[in-house]
Amino acid sequence: MSDRGVEPSAHDPLAPDPLARVPRVEFLDRAGYRQRRFRDAARLLPVVASILMVLPLMWPRDTADQSLTSQGMIYLFGLWICLIVAAFVVSRVLRYSGPEGDQGTGEGGAVR
Amino acid sequence: MISFNLLILVSLGYVAFLFLVAFAAERRAASGRSAWLRSSSIYTLSLSIYCTAWTFYGAVGYAARSGLEFLTIYLGPTIVMIGWWWFLRKLVRIGRSQRLTSIADLISSRFGKSTALGVMVTVLAIVGTTPYIALQLQSVTQSIGIFAAHSGAVWEAGDLNGAAMWVAFGLAVFTLLFGTRNLDASERHHGIVLAIAVEAVVKLFALVAVGIFVVWGVAGGVGPTLDLIDASAQSQWAPVPSRWVGLIFVSGAAFLCLPRMFQVLVVENADERHLSTAGWAFPAYLLFMSLFVVPIAVVGLDLMPAGANPDMFVVSVPLAEGREGLAILAFLGGFSSATSMVIVATLALATMVSNHIVVPGWLNARTPGAVVSGDVRDVVVLARRVSIGLVLALGYVYFRLSGGGAALAAIGLVSFTGVIQVLPAMVGGVVWRGANRWGAGAGLVVGFVVWGWTQFLPSFGVDAALSQAVFDHGPFGLDWLRPQALFGITGIDPFVHAVFWSMCLNAGAFMIVSILTFPNPVERLQGAQFVKIFDYSSGARLWTQSAAQAEDMLVMAQRIIGGAKAQTLFQAEAQSQGKAGFLPDVTPDFIGRLERELSGSVGAATAHAMIGQLTEGTMISVDDLIAVADETAQIMEYSNRLEAKSAEQERTARALREANEKLTALSIQKDAFLSQISHELRTPMTSIRSFSDILREDDLEDASRARFAGIIHDESNRLTRLLDDLLDLGVLESGQVQLNLGHGTLAEVIDRAVMAAGADGGALKVSRRAVNEAVPVFTDLERLTQVFINLISNAVKYATVPEPELRIIVRSLEGRCVVDFCDNGPGVPKESQSMIFEKFSRLEDAGKAGGAGLGLAICRQIMAALGGDVTYLPAQGGAAFRVTLPENVEMAAQ
Repeated sequence: MSDRGVEPSAHDPLAPDPLARVPRVEFLDRAGYRQRRFRDAARLLPVVASILMVLPLMWPRDTADQSLTSQGMIYLFGLWICLIVAAFVVSRVLRYSGPEGDQGTGEGGAVR
Repeated sequence: MISFNLLILVSLGYVAFLFLVAFAAERRAASGRSAWLRSSSIYTLSLSIYCTAWTFYGAVGYAARSGLEFLTIYLGPTIVMIGWWWFLRKLVRIGRSQRLTSIADLISSRFGKSTALGVMVTVLAIVGTTPYIALQLQSVTQSIGIFAAHSGAVWEAGDLNGAAMWVAFGLAVFTLLFGTRNLDASERHHGIVLAIAVEAVVKLFALVAVGIFVVWGVAGGVGPTLDLIDASAQSQWAPVPSRWVGLIFVSGAAFLCLPRMFQVLVVENADERHLSTAGWAFPAYLLFMSLFVVPIAVVGLDLMPAGANPDMFVVSVPLAEGREGLAILAFLGGFSSATSMVIVATLALATMVSNHIVVPGWLNARTPGAVVSGDVRDVVVLARRVSIGLVLALGYVYFRLSGGGAALAAIGLVSFTGVIQVLPAMVGGVVWRGANRWGAGAGLVVGFVVWGWTQFLPSFGVDAALSQAVFDHGPFGLDWLRPQALFGITGIDPFVHAVFWSMCLNAGAFMIVSILTFPNPVERLQGAQFVKIFDYSSGARLWTQSAAQAEDMLVMAQRIIGGAKAQTLFQAEAQSQGKAGFLPDVTPDFIGRLERELSGSVGAATAHAMIGQLTEGTMISVDDLIAVADETAQIMEYSNRLEAKSAEQERTARALREANEKLTALSIQKDAFLSQISHELRTPMTSIRSFSDILREDDLEDASRARFAGIIHDESNRLTRLLDDLLDLGVLESGQVQLNLGHGTLAEVIDRAVMAAGADGGALKVSRRAVNEAVPVFTDLERLTQVFINLISNAVKYATVPEPELRIIVRSLEGRCVVDFCDNGPGVPKESQSMIFEKFSRLEDAGKAGGAGLGLAICRQIMAALGGDVTYLPAQGGAAFRVTLPENVEMAAQ
């Protein structure tokens, strides 16, 4: 088992900006690698939440005793609690890097 | 029976308490003990202004009408908050580094500090927020009305209006007192933030208390409550899919775009790390706020008479059950929800109005000239105060005009859809560098118009703003422009219809116009800084070729932020530049910093415009940008050239080092050669001298004399031969050898060589194949013969076996003629093979071989001069040499 992970660069490789960019580290130690994955988890969370929130639209509603409001409440509040717990766990383990030391996430990245 | 006066007393007491809390917070902050005011829990609680009276009262009404659909209003923000890593993090970072004062400032600042865009967003925000403020006033007065009715008093419309006016007045005073204390709108308003945090706790506590009472006090536990839900009119949950998704989207988007949310999320943010806590804590807050909504709604529907307003169940159910204390608590909760929202929304709008409409207008209207320290500051503060009053007055007027009739939730959704028209410009501006102000403006205008046409105007009802005919057949009979069936597509839910078309057309216009038009340089700089905020955290920097003087700058800064603060700022800057006094050097960095500082007070556009007044004509143009880019390119090219040069120098140095090594080696060789030569010359000279000494003596026998003379003769011959060889070698090495080219055959050359070497008829047996030797050659035959003689004599000398044999093999290899001389002697040891062609290299002692060790060296030089080669051929069972004849041998023969 290797304790190093391969981290693809999030920056557009065609757009190196020599003026301001700190070169992004490609290979991290175990702790740094974990942190990157926690960030992935933080990004994944709202996507999962969105999918699970629209899921009840597909519940069967053929007869009047299906998809009761009480069941919907239990599902939605249960989901909500799970999401809060997951977000709590992420916020505990994720080290919010300070004002300077953050690696860009490369969201949207048209350069020049 | 509750005393109505008690309610008024409690309310006044609560308001006084809030004033005290805010005042204490300001005092604490002023004395520097504000650490806990900046904590993440206060931040999270301040976000709760999302839950307005619409939530507190309206959600129950919404649930009574549409079941679980009300939850979408909280699910959207939940997704946004738990996804803070995606967008909020970036937004907050931008807000802090650019010192943004409002959402209008964000848009204006991002798109080239454009005043026009700031005005547009401000107008949109006012139009979108005014109904919402009216809604809060309405909910407070309605709830007071419930109490009044309960205590037996009959409230006329005039009483309601009076109450609303007093509430609005009180809110205005509060906002004025705590919202305009410090001019810098990007600084935190500790008093307001703490007050709304307290109100957040109160409203959560009140709603949960009512919920617990309803579930365990009225319905009789969780199980019976669920039964009651299943028995209600909303027993089956059948959400309309498009509304479900659309509402989640709109509420999530509104969470980002509402001016008041931007105020608490970004402007009042004290530390980015608070997002991480709010990311889970705020969804938890929302969960508790909505947990008891459905139970209250079904219990209310069950208990209350048929005509009761479900929007007021939170208060009316406890009242009907005789729990007056709980009802007052619920009223305070609703009051908190309404007031906290109104305060922050008013503050946010007032900042936008003063920074984006009043101050730019004032600056334009004034002729530049007499300037007084702090004059701009006074205008800004006054504008902000007047704006607060105006915004609240607008809300009150709207409340009066709308008559307070429509269901609360409907107004809320109209308002939400209005403010999210900023979303494309906001998200696009933050993630897409190609977005420009034309695109943003086009998107805002299109979105605003579509929203107004499809939702805002129809929301007043049929025949109010739009006639039935317009609804049915479109304006001027244009069927495809029907407000609830654009482009003739009917059958969509009106809300989804409005959201879908306004968002699509807005985003489409934004992107298409952005693609087709060109941004100005400031936009491009700002765009880069917004989109790449995590790379450029040092903050905005504008290139200005400063013609401005520090003194002018100080005068201007004093106008905006007041004398003392401006002087402190300049002094600190001067100090950091290592200068004494108040006037730092005007560097582009300093101008950028100053502009950012000022924009925290008056907004980016105004700050930019004012700095622009001083540096007028020297602000950056496209040409400047290109020049800067060129300069950068030149520097990079120069550095590339330097790098290339340094690589070249490296190569030269390496070559020089190698040459030096070679020279050193040559020098050593030369020394060795000289000492070898001396030695070689000295040996025969010594013997000649000693024998000639002997000859001088008279008493020598003739035989001895002849023998000694013979030795002297032999030695001088050897000397001569050595000198001849040396001369020959010298001539060959210097390349000045004269070649006598002639025709012949290889057989003749070999014949001659064998004869001359004395191998013919001797002990050495020479085996040849005459057939192969009939090769015509055109070369210096003498020299070639010399080489062959040398090789054959070597065999004669070194093949020390009983039956020595030399095989001379002629063959053609790869188109060239080669002659191999292989004997059956002991051969050359492997370690010596590389040395035998060197001068003076001999395998054994000189005496035995009788040569100076120059033979093979000469051979090699001759062959090189002739254009051929001679090499040692290993592994032939003895010593073997291969002579490769020059190529032109055959060529010439043909």
